[in-house]
Order: sequence, then C-alpha cells, then structure tokens
Amino acid sequence: MINIFEVNETNKMIEQENLDVRTITMGISLMDCIDSNLEEVNRKVYEKITTKAKDLVATGEAIEVEYGIPIVNKRISVTPIALVGGAACKKPEDFVTLAKTLDRAAHEVGVNFIGGYSALVSKGMTPAEELLIRSIPEVLANTERVCSSINVGSTKTGINMDAVKLMGEIVVETAKATADQDSLGCAKLVVFCNAPDDNPFMAGAFHGVTEADTIINVGVSGPGVVKTALEKVRGADFGTLCETIKKTAFKVTRVGQLVAQEASARLGVPFGIIDLSLAPTPAVGDSVADILHEIGVEYAGAPGTTAALALLNDQVKKGGVMASSAVGGLSGAFIPVSEDQGMIDSVHAGALTLEKLEAMTCVCSVGLDMIAIPGDTSAATISGIIADEAAIGMVNQKTTAVRVIPVIGKGVGEIAQFGGLLGYAPIMPVNKFSCEAFVNRGGRIPAPIHSFKN
Amino acid sequence: MKKTIITVVGNDKVGIIAKVCTYLADNQINILDISQTIVQGYFNMMMITDASASSKDMGQVSRELDQLGEEIGVVIRCQHEDIFNMMHRI
Repeated sequence: MINIFEVNETNKMIEQENLDVRTITMGISLMDCIDSNLEEVNRKVYEKITTKAKDLVATGEAIEVEYGIPIVNKRISVTPIALVGGAACKKPEDFVTLAKTLDRAAHEVGVNFIGGYSALVSKGMTPAEELLIRSIPEVLANTERVCSSINVGSTKTGINMDAVKLMGEIVVETAKATADQDSLGCAKLVVFCNAPDDNPFMAGAFHGVTEADTIINVGVSGPGVVKTALEKVRGADFGTLCETIKKTAFKVTRVGQLVAQEASARLGVPFGIIDLSLAPTPAVGDSVADILHEIGVEYAGAPGTTAALALLNDQVKKGGVMASSAVGGLSGAFIPVSEDQGMIDSVHAGALTLEKLEAMTCVCSVGLDMIAIPGDTSAATISGIIADEAAIGMVNQKTTAVRVIPVIGKGVGEIAQFGGLLGYAPIMPVNKFSCEAFVNRGGRIPAPIHSFKN
Repeated sequence: MKKTIITVVGNDKVGIIAKVCTYLADNQINILDISQTIVQGYFNMMMITDASASSKDMGQVSRELDQLGEEIGVVIRCQHEDIFNMMHRI
C-alpha cells in the first residue's frame, strides 16, 4: 500500500515544484467538413468542433479535482485548414472566415488555444495553401485563440525555399499587423521542419491526416521537479545525474499517462500519445535553464550548455518512454526564451545568443522558440534563420521550428511584453549581414542523402 | 473499491484528527489506514479511505474538506489513490 512518504513526495512536486499536466489537447479531424460552399464549410467546422469538444474543459477540470493535479491548458488541434478550406476558399479573405469560425468555436467550448490554421508545404505549395499562408497576418491580428503553423521542410522532401522566403515576409507582416501588442501575432505562428502529426503543444499543434477522427494527446511538464531532484545529487558523476533525471522523468510522465487514460475514458475518445516535454513557464522554479544551471553551467549559453541539454533531453526520453504506453509529439526539453525566467536571465547576463540557441536546437526538441528580435529585422534575414533551422531538422531527422517575434518599434535591449503563459522577452541581436541573394534564389533544397552519415 | 487519500498538513494543535474523522464519519467515508508524522515541525497525516458508501461525489468532499481545513488552520487535500499508485508503483 502507498505510504506517507510517497504521498508527501508527490504532493511536494505538485505544490512546491510546479508539477502539472501542461495540456490535454483534443485532436479533431475536419476532413468530413470539406465542401465547395464556403458557408457550408464554416457551419460544419463549427458544429463538429463544438460537438466533439463540448465536454473537454469540464472533464479536464473534474480530473484536476479528483487527482489533485493541475491541468493548465485544455486545447484543440484540427486538420490543417489549407486542406479543409481548399475546395471553398478562392481568396485569402475566404480563409479568414474559417479562422474566425475556429476562434468562435474555441470560445464556445472554453479552450484557450485552437491549433491547425496550418499548411504542409514541405515540397510544394498548392494555390489554396499559398492563399492560407497569405491570410495569416490578418488572421492572427483578428482572432484571439487561433494558432498557425507551416511545415516548410522534411528529411524526406528537403526544404521548400519558396515557402521559406514567403514565411519570412509573413512573419514580418504579422508583426506589423499586431504592432500595438508588441507583435504578439508572431507568438502564435510557428514554421516547422519535420512537423509531427500529433503534437499537443501550441502554437504548433495540428491534427495530422494520418490520425483518427478524434484523439486525446497529453503534454506533461515538470522542469521544477527535475531541478529539485538534481539539487540532491550536486557534485555527483554523470551516471548518477542521468539516473536521477530518468527516474524523475518517469514519475512525471506517469502522471501524464494517468490523466490521458482518464480523459480518454471519460470523453470516449481514443488516447493518442503523451508528449514527454519539459515545458517551462515564466513562474520562478519552472525553468529548463535552471536545470542546465544545476547540471553545472553558470548560465544557459555557457560552454557545455549544448552537451548538458543533449544529456537532459535524452534522459527525459529514456525515463518517459517506459512510463507511457505511447509517446509522440515533440518529446524533449523546450527552450523558449520568453517562457523561461532562467533563459531570460541568461540573455540579460550576456551568456545566451541567437547562435548558441541555434546550436542547442540541434540536440533538443523544437527550435528557436519565442525569441524576440529587433522590429527592423528584414524578411530575408528571418527567412535565412528559418532556412538554417530547417536544415538542422532536415539533416538530423528531427523536428525543428522557428517562432521569432520581430517586435515592431523596439530594438536590442528593450523588452517585449506578451503576458500570461507567453511571458516577456528581452530583444536579442540578430546577425546584421545579408542573406538576401541566398533566399531569393527560389526553388527547393533537395533532400539529404541518407547514407554516408557523418 | 474507490480509495481516496486524504492528507492533512499544518501546525499541530488539539483536535485536528477528531474534526477530520468526524467529518468522514458523518459522510459515510471509511478509514482504512492512518499514518502520522512530523515533517520539518509540521503536523503531517495521511489517511487511506474508502468513499464508496458516501452519497457525496469526490469533488464535493474535496471542497468541503478544503473548507474544514481553513477552519482548523491546516491544509487538507483529498486525492484519488491512483495518482500515487501510478507514480510510485510499476
């Protein structure tokens, strides 16, 4: 039988170390809402989402009370809208109506974000996908809860550089369209390489076409728990360090597995995956950078950081995989700058640069995430950043992403305020040299060779 | 059988156990096991209970215990045992 020490350990994690389940995300396929009549598509989309997800928030809250574990977010991901609206939408404005429908449905069922305003263009763009991409600035400026993601490359297809060029421009336009909120729109826009179909985390969540009609995916968290566990093994060797992270990740993931099973059973929706991610928040003690510090680097960004992060990411996976029946999504450590107080402190201390963050993305999940850059950064430079990050993902057969925020009207050293879970971010300098000629070439970067690994 | 773990943490004083047990008895919640210890100077008690005969659902019991805790000046949590089983048992 469970003893008092085990109960205390669990409750200490929840109360003092910010253990929570970060998100229950319901994936909903909208493939059966496709229609050539725009009004019909809108009606069907609204109806399907509000029917399937009507009990999502209440069920999540009931589970929170019964198990005493906070479930921070309840969210929805849908089929990439470029596919759903392709037959009906003839101009960007048509796609905007679909985004507004998604936003309305999200408000109706009470979820705080809905992801899937997406297009998968890793090899080429259909006219509908290009229309959707061109509608993104207006969508993100005129909706509250809609998140958008675009997949511009993959290990199998290479990188669609036309899409990369276009996305650089779209990021800048989105920043301008939401300039009055420190360019907040860009915080809801991710550019991916190798985007997973079952990611529960925003802003990059969408419900892939390979998925079932409805599914429950759960994202766990718990950087604070790992950090506290590591405090007890200060100075110990790497074997002990790794073992400690692994055991802690196992415990954290078990909670996610429990919540996923319960939510799936109560909603009558199949369980999809657990995303084993250490997702930080701006709260003190809920930081991935603090774990890196505990492992032994003075600030995130100091020499040794990439190795420390690689180790952390791998041990989280090793511990988490055994704790869950199915894992997927992004699974690893997130290193968003604005959502992690330790990362912000590292930037302020001058320890962390964009280039070091890029190196770190080679060994952890996701990529350049929630990084505020000067508002006068050119579209070509942002395309160059996207291309670099996509290349890392393509060659290393992993997911990478870019979510940078050119904060209009602000420069290096100033602070962008996003509020809530998105936090605030010091604006970081970007390399000033041009990549315009590279970005303007057009076409595709071919897929890499899969042999001769070096 | 639906087992619920009730934990009580706070400054030690006369009558904590009595008040919590009275509430449980009044609501047909059976106590299967009690253990108590002092952690860093704080009163710390855990009860394993069976609430299957209670007419109240877990949400309501949880809220009422929360309120009782405020009256006594301690923190009372009420959680389904599965969260602990999942985390500490393979």
